[in-house]
Amino acid sequence: MKGFGILKGLGVTLKHLVDTYVEDIKAGRDRYYTEDGVRQRMTSDTKGIFTINYPEERLPLAEAFRYVPFLVYDEGEDGERSIRCTACGICSKVCPSQCIWIERAEDPETSKPLKTPAEFAIDIDLCMNCGFCAEYCPFDAIKMDHDFELAVYDRIDVNIHRKERLLKPASYYASIRPESYALEQKAKAEVAARKAARRGNR
Amino acid sequence: MNDQTTVMNKNYQKILERFPHDVQVDEREGYSGLLIEANQLLSIMETLRDEYEYDFLTSVTGVDYLPDEKMEVVYHLFKSTGGSILEVKVQVPRSNPVVPSLVGLYPGASFQEREAWDLLGIRFEGHPNLTRILMWEGFAGHPLRKDWIETFFEGDVKPYEDRWPEGKVSKVETTNPYGKNITYPDGFNPETWIPDSEDLLFQGSTVVKVEQEETGIETEQLVVNLGPQHPSTHGVFRMVATLEGETVLDLEPVMGYLHRNHEKIGERNTFSMNMPYTDRLDYFCSMSNNFGYALTVEKLLGEKYQPPERAQYIRVIMAELTRILNHFMAIGFFLNDLGAYFTPALYAIKERELILDIFEAVAGSRMMCNYYRFGGVVRDLPGGIEEQIRKLVYDRLPRQTDEMDRYLVENEIVIGRSQDVGILTPEQAIAFSAVGPVLRASGVPYDIRRADPYSIYDRFDFDVAVRYHGDVYDRFLIRFDEIRQSIRILQQAIDDLPEGEILANKPAYKFRIPKGESYGRVEGPKGELGYYVVSDGTDNPWRYHVRAPSFINLTGLREMCLGEKVADLVAILGSIDIVLGEVDR
Amino acid sequence: MPNELNKPEYNIPPGMEGTVAITTLDRIYNWGRRYSVWPMFFGLACCAIEMIATAGARFDMARFGMEIMRPSPRQCDLMIVSGTVTKKMLPQVVRLYNQMPEPKYVLSMGACASGGGPFKRGYNVVAGIDKYIPVDVYVPGCPPTPQALLFGLMKIQEKIDNQSIKHVSWYQDQQDEGIPVPVLGPDLIDLRDFPKLMEKEQDKEVQA
Repeated sequence: MKGFGILKGLGVTLKHLVDTYVEDIKAGRDRYYTEDGVRQRMTSDTKGIFTINYPEERLPLAEAFRYVPFLVYDEGEDGERSIRCTACGICSKVCPSQCIWIERAEDPETSKPLKTPAEFAIDIDLCMNCGFCAEYCPFDAIKMDHDFELAVYDRIDVNIHRKERLLKPASYYASIRPESYALEQKAKAEVAARKAARRGNR
Repeated sequence: MNDQTTVMNKNYQKILERFPHDVQVDEREGYSGLLIEANQLLSIMETLRDEYEYDFLTSVTGVDYLPDEKMEVVYHLFKSTGGSILEVKVQVPRSNPVVPSLVGLYPGASFQEREAWDLLGIRFEGHPNLTRILMWEGFAGHPLRKDWIETFFEGDVKPYEDRWPEGKVSKVETTNPYGKNITYPDGFNPETWIPDSEDLLFQGSTVVKVEQEETGIETEQLVVNLGPQHPSTHGVFRMVATLEGETVLDLEPVMGYLHRNHEKIGERNTFSMNMPYTDRLDYFCSMSNNFGYALTVEKLLGEKYQPPERAQYIRVIMAELTRILNHFMAIGFFLNDLGAYFTPALYAIKERELILDIFEAVAGSRMMCNYYRFGGVVRDLPGGIEEQIRKLVYDRLPRQTDEMDRYLVENEIVIGRSQDVGILTPEQAIAFSAVGPVLRASGVPYDIRRADPYSIYDRFDFDVAVRYHGDVYDRFLIRFDEIRQSIRILQQAIDDLPEGEILANKPAYKFRIPKGESYGRVEGPKGELGYYVVSDGTDNPWRYHVRAPSFINLTGLREMCLGEKVADLVAILGSIDIVLGEVDR
Repeated sequence: MPNELNKPEYNIPPGMEGTVAITTLDRIYNWGRRYSVWPMFFGLACCAIEMIATAGARFDMARFGMEIMRPSPRQCDLMIVSGTVTKKMLPQVVRLYNQMPEPKYVLSMGACASGGGPFKRGYNVVAGIDKYIPVDVYVPGCPPTPQALLFGLMKIQEKIDNQSIKHVSWYQDQQDEGIPVPVLGPDLIDLRDFPKLMEKEQDKEVQA
């Protein structure tokens, strides 16, 4: 019969429409603006409305999610910051778009290079968010951020992230990537234990 | 490996005996194939095509061997019945690179020869329309030549020296007098300069009056310009159609509006740096792009870099998920083109989002996955993802595919708009080097996963989807078939997924890549995605060429459109499923 | 405090704040505009796909009154430059911008549109669309996720909120004449660079 195919198609859209209301009634108030509601809308059995109402609701980001890089520093007990970066330059060497500039600090007296960056700059108008810097950093010093709310009115200077802006505490890193943080801490503890054991043997 | 080489040598032997003076085996270190004298190219290629069944010319490209003062044109030949590669090369002096054009024998060479002329300045004698294709007419120089320097040149190869240890951040624009990415050749005077005539096509529609021979009635031919800003061109693609009434008399595809110089940048990059750049070729299918590039470089690296079992399975799972995602979007956008404004596309995007959630959890990014590494993948599947994939491939995706099928396939408007429109016969499809769903919808059961298996595809039980009419409707339907086959592969892969390592070697960013060349190809969602990489033993590829399926599928576009109505142009283009990032690279 | 919210920049006599028509008008005017920004259906590269995803069901731009994406510049308020702008495409982008009616806004989406991104050093790539057309909001990222784009769109709305009917350029006597469309020569020719180009040419002649 002519027109049957179209009717069948319209049936599918109608089902989608009805689903929305059925789901709303079934789930009640918990469907919107709650974490469970958002998670439910992300599963493979989701039906009806699929929308995440950003900014009131937010899509939970996967741990591996990467946006622009940032530098990690460890907080000392009295609040002093120890930057993990040793200015080894690996991140700037692997960077495919060459958007990382590192100026290695020098000892003011002997002018020998120090293992810390005097300046660290990332031009995020060049950065392609590939994550190579974080992947190959041997000191877990540079990581990919989860913060994507970076829209600005002017870019020329703002979008060059310098050291001060890039530095974020290890606690922040732990909050966005708990699993990798725990793994790294564990590995570090093991290394430290091994060192201590070796010292004990001597 | 050895078996294959002997078989190949037997093939070579026959050809060598036949043309003892004009053919040599390429004996450079790491190279293979035949070197042919330029003046004998046509007759040898004709013999190869007609007597040795090498009827499928997938890729034509050039390499600039600056130190040897030579230009080389590389042809990659296959049989449309399956089997491995035959490389044919022609070397010509760099000062006057002229090679006979193969368009008469293999029409599929047409765009690729134009590209080689555009970017490398190799002239193909006998080409019917040897004009620039990616850049514009009048552009100064051939940018892929090794001695051609771009404006924002910072060094021959990456990494650049000034980034570390004394990296003072600066914008490269400041080195240019105009503050922009612009240089003019010496002696360029804007006052005496005359713009090229191609611009005339922008000026609006041209009317040509034609007198019909039979009736004596004067009719008007109209040149209509679609794109580059047009909702149906899937990006920045342009078609210049000559119409008589509503009938298409001629069609000229114009591209290059997204030519981002992947190949020039790729030759400045190190081998590993190119991985994230491949994401941006066909930006729907970054996983497949990664796959192809990883395979190509692994071929150069040798056995030691064969990925472990688990990595192989993960690779296949990701590549097949990508195929499903791509085909859903292709169906959705195709319906957009037919006038079903956005509802089918919205349903398709919904499924895509669910697959992208997996990509984000696995690779870290929704679109630009950058997930494959030489010798494996970058990280293992995080917890819970296996279960999520299993739910998708056993429950959600089959269900949604059936729903899309119910929703669209029998729709009388879809059938009316697409059946018997834009027909491509199997002979034409092979001649135009069409690949992927376009080739298979024309009745040629050629799928690289079967014809020349790579990775672990030989372990899975699946059918090669084929349709036989070669019209727009079949190209639409075959995407449903392929989704279903991909789901089958995924179900097997997720069930068999072994535990174990995911990388054959320690994570590394520097590789000792031996000298030589390598052509690797995968069956991407849009067809054969090939990479041709030449290594000179350094950290950076000497040549990095992408054989893009969307680009070469467009070669047959004109043939498909001739004689159709103007409204069908949009449907035909939609059914080829192009992505401009890959067309223009 | 309406006068603080809208900053009419009039010398309003004390005691009259908040009752002057222009502040209220501004608010109504901007309220109307902020919830009916129509973006152009104009995709350039990878970012365009994320733009379409933003229009899709999960992120749904319609919640911001932006559901109607028009392919014709004549019907649009917002141009989302979504992806790498190449030299070959630039004349068309500038022409599209000129064809948009005022009030118009430009959002530069992604690293490529803002500053060339990973393709900056390509010979056919325009390193930053802001060198040719004025940009209101930059959204970094490669590509920005749909949520990042939505954040950028909210920035556009914020910008609209802070505009006053008294100062907006489209009600001024002097109207903008549009941006000269660049020409493709041996390389891209920006007509505004013409004096500089000629100067260089003359310098060479003098030297010779």
